[in-house]
Amino acid sequence: MVRLIDVSKAYDNGTRALESVSLRIEDGGFVFLVGPSGSGKSTIVKLLTGEIRPTSGRIMVNGYNLNTIRDGQIPFMRRTLGVIFQDFRLIEKKTVCENLTFAMRAVGTSPKEIRKRVGYVLELVGLDCKLSCRPCELSGGEQQRVAIARALVNNPSMIIADEPTGNLDPTRSFEIMLLLERINALGTTVLVVTHEKELVNRFTKRVVAIDGGRVVSDGMDGYYQNEKI
Amino acid sequence: MKRYNFGYFVHEGVHNIFLHGFMSFAAVGIIVACLIIMGSFTLVAVNADSMLKSLERENEVLAYVNESLSDEEAQALGAVIEQVPNVASCQFISRETAMENFVSQYQGDSLFTDMDPTILRHRYSVKMTDISLMRDTVKALEAVPGIAKVRANLEISEGFITVRNIAGAVSMALILILLAVSVFIISNTIKLATFDRREEIAIMKMVGATNGFIRWPFVYEGLLLGLSGAAIAFFAQWGIYGLVSKQIAGNDTIHLITVIPYAQLAAPVAGIFLATGFLVGVGGSLLAIRKFLKV
Repeated sequence: MVRLIDVSKAYDNGTRALESVSLRIEDGGFVFLVGPSGSGKSTIVKLLTGEIRPTSGRIMVNGYNLNTIRDGQIPFMRRTLGVIFQDFRLIEKKTVCENLTFAMRAVGTSPKEIRKRVGYVLELVGLDCKLSCRPCELSGGEQQRVAIARALVNNPSMIIADEPTGNLDPTRSFEIMLLLERINALGTTVLVVTHEKELVNRFTKRVVAIDGGRVVSDGMDGYYQNEKI
Repeated sequence: MKRYNFGYFVHEGVHNIFLHGFMSFAAVGIIVACLIIMGSFTLVAVNADSMLKSLERENEVLAYVNESLSDEEAQALGAVIEQVPNVASCQFISRETAMENFVSQYQGDSLFTDMDPTILRHRYSVKMTDISLMRDTVKALEAVPGIAKVRANLEISEGFITVRNIAGAVSMALILILLAVSVFIISNTIKLATFDRREEIAIMKMVGATNGFIRWPFVYEGLLLGLSGAAIAFFAQWGIYGLVSKQIAGNDTIHLITVIPYAQLAAPVAGIFLATGFLVGVGGSLLAIRKFLKV
């Protein structure tokens, strides 16, 4: 579960990215976090992954209090999260399989467990036939699916997708969303950060809209429903 | 640490060394050069110190007893001389013994036979604890009532002291400078490796790798570079030392200098080189990786 209570964040250069944001995402939920560029979406992602600390307010992520968490505990908190980026961030010189193995090895998983898990996850994202391909040999959509597989491979309780379809055409974007929906149906909490109105409106999911660092709407009404944002 | 993690760390460390072959070669080369320069000056200091110690053991000061003192009074003076600071021991040499020693040096020369021992003075052969304090000790001995004159080879002892002090100071300064240079070079080599893999490090951090897990391959890389440099430097130092020893032994003017055999010094030299290689390697890599772990 994720909880943000009255969270504000001001950067060292004086920019106030968030103002009293409160948000609650229950286990197993699927939430779109939407808003225009510079609205504070990425700041929320950074706060949730422990890259930055809030100026004020409280943040709880999967049982970890990020206000009081010690630096040594942050890696263990991150193991409960799977993060997906717009630019995929795959290691170019490694194959699909090695990219996943690398992520599992980084958290100290045994080779036996790695062999078991990698096959299962690649099958889940539909890439079990691309095991030994390098990222440059895959399409954008396939690369993003590898990134999703890497985020899933350590069995996190929550997936945070930061603009996961920003580099993809509408068809591939929809496929990625369907995949995330399927992952959510398997019990993983999913938070999708995006600004793509049409894509969000094709799903009947909770949408949290943020603008100017404040939550301006939170509900099942879709994105930009009243065009105020 | 899990067994499969250890294998992974070592594999990654070795892989990094070959990935940046030239920088690794440069790092090892610099470590070897630094250790040899440092080791050479230290060995000069160690040899000078050893010669000084042997001088301390062998070098004696002669304190001549005033002729006005009776034989008994002259012999009683020994107790007073032993009280002088820095005097390790003193041995009474009667004028008769001194004459015998003198004559024995010129055996077969009829000029020195049948000489009257009374032309010589009773004397004390005085040995010192610390030869570097010889000048002060000579002054103190001269001040002892009943001592007429003191004879000492101040130039030789002071020459060795100067060599030891200079070599000691230079090696100390060099150790500090060259250690800093070695750490800097190793650190840059590792920095290059970490920069090359910054994306991987960022991903590792994002999936929840601990700082320790990320650090270990780079620590092994630094360690391997440091230890390789130390091993090469040890054998190179051996060769150089052997060559210089041979030159000294074969030279008529400086062959009096006794050089300690390398076999006697090999264990401490190996220990110091390996410890330095370890510290420089591990220290340099930890210094380099520090900033990349702040993700």
